[in-house]
Amino acid sequence: MLTYTIRRLILAVPTLLFIALVIFLLLELAPGDPMAEMPLTIPPEVKEKMREALGLGQPWYVRFYLWLYQFFVVEPQYWIDGLFGTNFADGAQRIISFQSRSPVFNTIAERIPQTLWVVGMSYVVGVLIALPIGIISAVRQYSWFDNFGTFVSMVGFSVPTFFTGVLLIVIFSVNLGWFPSIYDTTLKVDDWPSFVKQLKQMAMPVFVLALYNAAQISRFMRASMLDNLGQDYVRTARAKGMTEKVVVLKHVLRNSLIPVVTVIALGVPQVFGGAIITEQVFKVNGLGQLLIIAIHGNDVPMVLTLTFIFAVLIVVFNLIADILYGVLDPRIRYD
Amino acid sequence: MTETTQTQGTIPVRNQWWDVWDQFKTHRGAVIGGAFLIFITLFVLVGPYLWQVDAQKLDIRNKDLRPFYIGLFADVKWSWSRPLGTDHLGRDIMANLIQGGQISMAVGWTAMILSLFLGTLIGVLAGFFKRLDGILMRFTDLVLSLPLLPILLVMMLLFRDPLRAAFGPETGIFILIVSGIGITSWMHTARIVRGDILAIKEREFVLAARSIGTPPRRMITRHLLPNVMSPIMVSATLGLASAIITESALSFLGLGFPSDFPTWGKILFDSVDRMASFPERVIWPGLCISLTVLSVNYIGDGLRDALDPRIRGL
Repeated sequence: MLTYTIRRLILAVPTLLFIALVIFLLLELAPGDPMAEMPLTIPPEVKEKMREALGLGQPWYVRFYLWLYQFFVVEPQYWIDGLFGTNFADGAQRIISFQSRSPVFNTIAERIPQTLWVVGMSYVVGVLIALPIGIISAVRQYSWFDNFGTFVSMVGFSVPTFFTGVLLIVIFSVNLGWFPSIYDTTLKVDDWPSFVKQLKQMAMPVFVLALYNAAQISRFMRASMLDNLGQDYVRTARAKGMTEKVVVLKHVLRNSLIPVVTVIALGVPQVFGGAIITEQVFKVNGLGQLLIIAIHGNDVPMVLTLTFIFAVLIVVFNLIADILYGVLDPRIRYD
Repeated sequence: MTETTQTQGTIPVRNQWWDVWDQFKTHRGAVIGGAFLIFITLFVLVGPYLWQVDAQKLDIRNKDLRPFYIGLFADVKWSWSRPLGTDHLGRDIMANLIQGGQISMAVGWTAMILSLFLGTLIGVLAGFFKRLDGILMRFTDLVLSLPLLPILLVMMLLFRDPLRAAFGPETGIFILIVSGIGITSWMHTARIVRGDILAIKEREFVLAARSIGTPPRRMITRHLLPNVMSPIMVSATLGLASAIITESALSFLGLGFPSDFPTWGKILFDSVDRMASFPERVIWPGLCISLTVLSVNYIGDGLRDALDPRIRGL
């Protein structure tokens, strides 16, 4: 297992490098010029100097190497400096956003809490809803509950999140006035009323994403439970005189969770991608909205860094899913 | 007399697709989904001939009309000639839904066919030719670990202007969106097709075909492709659903078609700002997208059961 993990980790390096290269070259083709917004009165030689200052003068492979160096060496140094008060970075050049002229990672660090709160919470809620629904659907297969659950999950992943979000806003914020339609990031949670307010503004985005995630996970849970309910060991457990509760919740559930756990791990990066749309609907200023703004503003370093972070998440969670599968299921050994 | 006994004794020859159809009919959701898909396709194809209102015509006098079902019960501005109301420039919403539907469906179908073609091609090549297997599947894994939605957004931004200049505003964006969705969604089809090809390749009839000297090209077209039709058809339905959703998501994020060129996602996006006073402008296009995707997903569900020989005939 250890050798497998190490092999996968080593294999992840060229994968990530390749992904970084693809994204970089794609952005390299960008017709947008960060200098396009500058006044025309600036003389050409000054403009050239400004381009140099933005780091646009060199050929692409030099800039690609520089970006990699900044991403993997300089930025972690700054991070460690910030944590422990050391001085590894020593004033080295960081990745600078074209739009705000501030380090990309500072902006990202400001945005991460909102995304993690809304998206992370919705994933947790989604999983917590999906597991019991999947279990009950499988145990009572073809009952009205199962049929209803199938229908709801079909609707859950057919209806796009931007429509569910808009629909919820129309119903709950415009007509009923229960929840605010815009997520207020400046809200400080320090007492009970502000906590209630925070819960209220999180309710709708969390519900939208949770429905979407629960729809998929509950299907997997149901299928996996059904697979296991037909196995011989279930009959043995029943034959030993165990109650149905013990059979289902102890024997079957534990075994059915193995593939579901990997599906849950695989879904995490997709959630971040899907959050782009939900954040846009509810005006949550998280990572997804940052990406959209950066794309519209031709902010190449920001887009590159954000997209690469999404890619890292995908690769890392693929790895976690594969390793978890091997750890949880002793029948699966990769070596 | 002899003739009748003969026909009773022999089972009439039946195409296997009739069995598939019989099984498909038993899936209620799939039949309803199929009926709705036919309805919405007719709506967008025949609709313009029955509802001859120009979707782009500005009619400021009749702007912000409400739909008839609100007008009948409340005191608002409405008219029978604009049953679903008009937008802030007086454009008819019904005509826009029809025109937008044409484009959304066209994008969905074309992108699905493109992604199916790419997926089948790569899957067949990887499954049939051992030398290509490793490299093609590594490539598939790499593409799968790309963050697809951000990359699609970036592609929209980068190639919008060059393609618009080359093919005109509408065709250019159409080509861009279709190829963008196509080349970011072929991977699952490729994996499924490769797996099936690998299994079928070991069967006796393939050995027999090889023994009489069938060249690889005919081997693939005559013997392998017909046998992987069913997974391809199922992933076609999934592909159509996800292509329609992706296109409307792109339009919703403001990176799809230009605004005088409606698609369902675009109409929805344009109406979001004023949805507090005119919720119907958001709900109709949203319902069109959701119901179409839902029906396509149900058809896929039914097809999966119908094409599975283990379930069929039970």
